[in-house]
Amino acid sequence: MNIHAIRAIYKFEMARTFRTILQSVVSPVVSTSLYFVVFGGAIGSRIAEIDGVTYGAYIVPGLIMLSLLTQSIMNASFGIYFPKFIGTIYEILSAPISSLEIVIGYVGAAATKSIMLGLITLGTAALFVPLHIEHPLWMLGFLALTAVTFSLFGFIIGIWAKSFEQLQVIPMLIVTPLAFLGGSFYSIDMLPPLWRTISLANPVVYLVSGFRWSFFGKSDVAIEISLAITLLFLVACLGIVAWIFKTGYRLKN
Amino acid sequence: MTAIVSISDVSKTYASGFTALKNISLDIHKGEIFALLGPNGAGKTTLINIICGIVRASTGHISADGHDIIDDYRKARFKIGLVPQELTTDAFETVWATVTLSRGLFGRGQNPAHIEKILKDLSLWEKKDSKIMTLSGGMKRRVMIAKALSHEPTILFLDEPSAGVDVELRRDMWEMVRSLRANGVTIILTTHYIEEAEEMADRVGVINKGEIILVEEKQALMRKLGKKEITLELAQPISAIPDSLAHHKLELSGNGHELTYSYDTQGERTGITTLLQDLAQTGIRFRDLNTKQSSLEDIFVDLVRERS
Ligand SMILES: Nc1ncnc2c1ncn2[C@@H]1O[C@H](COP(=O)(O)OP(=O)(O)OP(=O)(O)O)[C@@H](O)[C@H]1O
Ligand SMILES: [Mg+2]
Repeated sequence: MNIHAIRAIYKFEMARTFRTILQSVVSPVVSTSLYFVVFGGAIGSRIAEIDGVTYGAYIVPGLIMLSLLTQSIMNASFGIYFPKFIGTIYEILSAPISSLEIVIGYVGAAATKSIMLGLITLGTAALFVPLHIEHPLWMLGFLALTAVTFSLFGFIIGIWAKSFEQLQVIPMLIVTPLAFLGGSFYSIDMLPPLWRTISLANPVVYLVSGFRWSFFGKSDVAIEISLAITLLFLVACLGIVAWIFKTGYRLKN
Repeated sequence: MTAIVSISDVSKTYASGFTALKNISLDIHKGEIFALLGPNGAGKTTLINIICGIVRASTGHISADGHDIIDDYRKARFKIGLVPQELTTDAFETVWATVTLSRGLFGRGQNPAHIEKILKDLSLWEKKDSKIMTLSGGMKRRVMIAKALSHEPTILFLDEPSAGVDVELRRDMWEMVRSLRANGVTIILTTHYIEEAEEMADRVGVINKGEIILVEEKQALMRKLGKKEITLELAQPISAIPDSLAHHKLELSGNGHELTYSYDTQGERTGITTLLQDLAQTGIRFRDLNTKQSSLEDIFVDLVRERS
């Protein structure tokens, strides 16, 4: 293991994060507050409790997941796309490091950032609604697992993308809709049976459901299934990353 | 001579179908400065990028310091430093941060004292906390050199080190390259400039259209290639070369406005002094004087003709 290399990449990436920390923090705080004003306050007051939880509190896990997904994909895809774009990737390709070490460095830094932002989102939410977290360790576990999985996914997008447009297109056209339709703001049990079944094809449903379980002890789908599906996605991403490095896909001529 | 980099039968065909290298075999000797000369598109960068792991060879094997660059890439790459042709830098980062990153990437623990020394050697110390985008082109190139040296490599590749570099910096760079070699570093550089090879190299390889067409000790090569021309622009045109100058082998051109004299820079005597004396005696005055070294282009033409 080239520990020095992992540490160097991680530190370098984190330094980039901290240099722009204000922008990074302001946006989740503002958007979370807006969601609470609109969904929690204006609309939520007209919605009955779900599973014995007020609507304002009910949407907290979904909101955090939403921010976690977007941030993980954005940070990780940008983190690797940028050196590719400006050409500094040559150094990573010529360094005595394995693909695994590259991934640990970049994905680790991206996941760290999105976990931080997830916790900030949680803190912001706590200002609006009283929160009680049933399984705090599971909550952190899910947070970390999702951050890592989607940072890996973002890493793949960053390598695949040939332009800034492509970098944006997957998060915008696929991830955001999936996140919104994934039960972030409602329980899929509230849907008509057909739509509930269709929703089960959406991986985000399992993330949100598992995460919500760690907060309230109740979930749309069994926690084991949530966990299994998330892990499955993680393994799939790892497989793709391994293939990318093996073939040099969009990295080496 | 032990080979520190050994290239055998390397070919490269890019995805586009273009074959940039054709069965290259070449040994770089330990401790030498090797200049790879060739026109645009000859395949210099492709070859270097393959050795450094940035491009994959289609066929062939390469070892660096005895380690296969694929099977034993960690050990091989650990020894290698690369200053690429393109100025690609982390524009928003500071000089210090980017050089520190390089050292870590290449598997060395932190050593601020070493980085300080490199930056001072390259006159970058005052700029260590500046963002790279605020530096001039020449400074950026020095940052690239600092990055390449950060992990104390024993094999250094310089791909067109003098592109966009002023005369003074070029001198400094040559100085640095020499002192690296004195410390046992093997240096492989590419260039379009025969002067640079002449100034620096121990051996010269010429590559053209993906093929190595010559590898030779510099001294021997310079003797072959060292032709130079002086062109004198005359104040008054002359209709023919006066008899008193006939033995100088001059050529008259430009409607009698230009006299051209060819000589061998490596020769014992160039004959310039007597030529100028004779011109003065004949009463021929000139307005301007140009010298021109045989260009790489001429050399290639010569080389290719020689081979066929
Ligand atoms: N990624 C690529 N895909 C297809 N062809 C390429 C690629 N990179 C380089 N080539 C081609 O390979 C040939 C050799 O290019 P290379 O960059 O190695 O030349 P060079 O000797 O370094 O030239 P220069 O002196 O201009 O730097 C060129 O014809 C170039 O167009
Ligand atoms: Mg080149």
